[in-house]
Amino acid sequence: MIQIKDLHKSYHMGSNSLHVLKGINFDVKEGELVSIMGSSGSGKSTLLNILGMLDEADTGQYILDNVPIKNLNEKIAARYRNEFLGFIFQSFNLINYKSAADNVALPLYYKGIPRKERTEKAEHYLEKVGLKEWSHHLPSELSGGQKQRVAIARALASEPKVLLADEPTGALDTKTSYEVMELIQGINDEGKTILVVTHEEDIAHMTKRIVNLKDGIIIDDSRVEQVRADQHV
Amino acid sequence: MFNLERWQEIFETLSKNKLRTFLTGLSVASGIFILVILLGFSSGIENGVTSEFQQDATNEISVRTRRTTKGYKGLNPGRYIQLKDADFYNVNSNYDEFLEYRSASYSIWGGQVAYKNETGNYRVQGVMPDNQFIENADIGTGRYLNNSDLEEGKKVAVIGNKVKSDLFKGENPIGESISIFGINFKVVGVYFDPGGEREESGIFLPITTVQNAFNGGDDIRDMSFTVKMSENFDEAVALSQNLSLAIENDLKQKHIVAPDDTAAIRVNNTLEEAKKIYSLIDTIKAVFWFIGIGTIIAGVVGVGNIMIIIVKERTKEIGIRKALGAEPLSIIGMILQEAVFVTMLSGLIGLIAGLGLLELVGPQVDSAFIKHPQVNFNTAITTVFILVAAGALAGFLPAYRAAKIKPIVALRDE
Repeated sequence: MIQIKDLHKSYHMGSNSLHVLKGINFDVKEGELVSIMGSSGSGKSTLLNILGMLDEADTGQYILDNVPIKNLNEKIAARYRNEFLGFIFQSFNLINYKSAADNVALPLYYKGIPRKERTEKAEHYLEKVGLKEWSHHLPSELSGGQKQRVAIARALASEPKVLLADEPTGALDTKTSYEVMELIQGINDEGKTILVVTHEEDIAHMTKRIVNLKDGIIIDDSRVEQVRADQHV
Repeated sequence: MFNLERWQEIFETLSKNKLRTFLTGLSVASGIFILVILLGFSSGIENGVTSEFQQDATNEISVRTRRTTKGYKGLNPGRYIQLKDADFYNVNSNYDEFLEYRSASYSIWGGQVAYKNETGNYRVQGVMPDNQFIENADIGTGRYLNNSDLEEGKKVAVIGNKVKSDLFKGENPIGESISIFGINFKVVGVYFDPGGEREESGIFLPITTVQNAFNGGDDIRDMSFTVKMSENFDEAVALSQNLSLAIENDLKQKHIVAPDDTAAIRVNNTLEEAKKIYSLIDTIKAVFWFIGIGTIIAGVVGVGNIMIIIVKERTKEIGIRKALGAEPLSIIGMILQEAVFVTMLSGLIGLIAGLGLLELVGPQVDSAFIKHPQVNFNTAITTVFILVAAGALAGFLPAYRAAKIKPIVALRDE
């Protein structure tokens, strides 16, 4: 599903240049649930941004679902994001004046799907994350865990190939974190490929594979025994 | 532009951000509203000032004579220059193509006028029918003098409204007889004059009747004309001046008056005065337009400012939308379409409110210097479109910049 070869990325700030990614190689197969770990400054967010086409690598190869991702202009990047990727953010990033259902339906609007179908799909995915009764509520009326579940429903709505989660539990308490991880595990069980960036050991162990990043290179990449989140709840 | 989905998205955004929509709309609507009111009152002042100076026709040329003050060709100074019917007809035939209305007059000094037991002293003048238009008089009841009165020397009179109220005390004067120096005249009409009471305390008789009745022979006291107005006002002023000079020269030659004797024969043209008034009106207009354009500029800057703030406020939302697959063009389109829609709608609301207020209050405003304020609808609607276009232009730059922001940067925006 994802093939990455010798990925490099530097940031230039005036005369200083910061080499963030120093040759990353890794593959993700369909149906995997991978966590990317590392301390801050290890380059894990940069890697996720490149995977999410929110940023572009300097050199190296990135192939997503057999499509080489390079030389993107804004327009094509937008289409690929819409088609291939679902984002889950630490700070949820819901549009605060739109109801839960409208937030979920938004990627479908950019896909060009008619309104009626959008609404149906949004309801369907909200039901899937257990928020059917909350579909008309604004984000401000929802708890943190509920917001993240709306965001997950939104990420699922466009039926992407890969879900990218950037510290999905970073803003949540432990109990809610496990609930969200339970949901993510459930989605993965249905076969969806998911990448989770986290710095929390317990969250990482709820995935099936942990990739450890340090100073821009992968120092460890190993499969782990998955801890089911429902055991903690 | 005609994408229904886009419109739905925009209406949703607008209705969920009521305060922002309202404030944007308010600034545009109030700008247009103020502009409409300003333009309305500028036209009101124009109407008011114009009517103030319309007690007599503004394009009048009047000829009056006195005694000569200079000797000329062996004639002594102090000789009274008496205008005759022939002088009037000469001017008439020589300059016929330039003249609009014409009237000679023969006045009687200290006209004692009586009706039954009521008496009074009024200005009594023998004139011609055209005098009505030279004096800018309106007929209230009855009629003005006509040509048959003149030709047959009828003993008829048109009296001013003041004379009517003095002598007739509310009775209908039409058909009644008044006596002037013991001679009876039948009242055929009552006139009003924009100049008010002073201008309305006069009595007009056919000039031929007066000449016969009061031993005037073919003497006339003065004569008045109006110049035909051309489209170009400056041309009309020039024509009026030239005509005055030509008439003065003709008369001076005929009556053997020194060319530099300014007292003996005097030809006044009011158009020159009118020119000053019109240039005053133009100045007032210019000032109002200046303020109006200033208002529009302020409005455009205001709309642009609001657009920048809106885009700034929505940076994160734009990042989210881009992460979810919005193309840059759709972001620009969304922001612009929203801006144009709001400015257009509120601009029209401001326009209608302004026009409505003028329509409502306008007819009741009739002070000395403001009369019937109104606005040219085309002017107003043009300004709305200018404001909308300028607002869109002002909104384009921040929208373009917003669409350029990398989603990763926009998402970090708090």
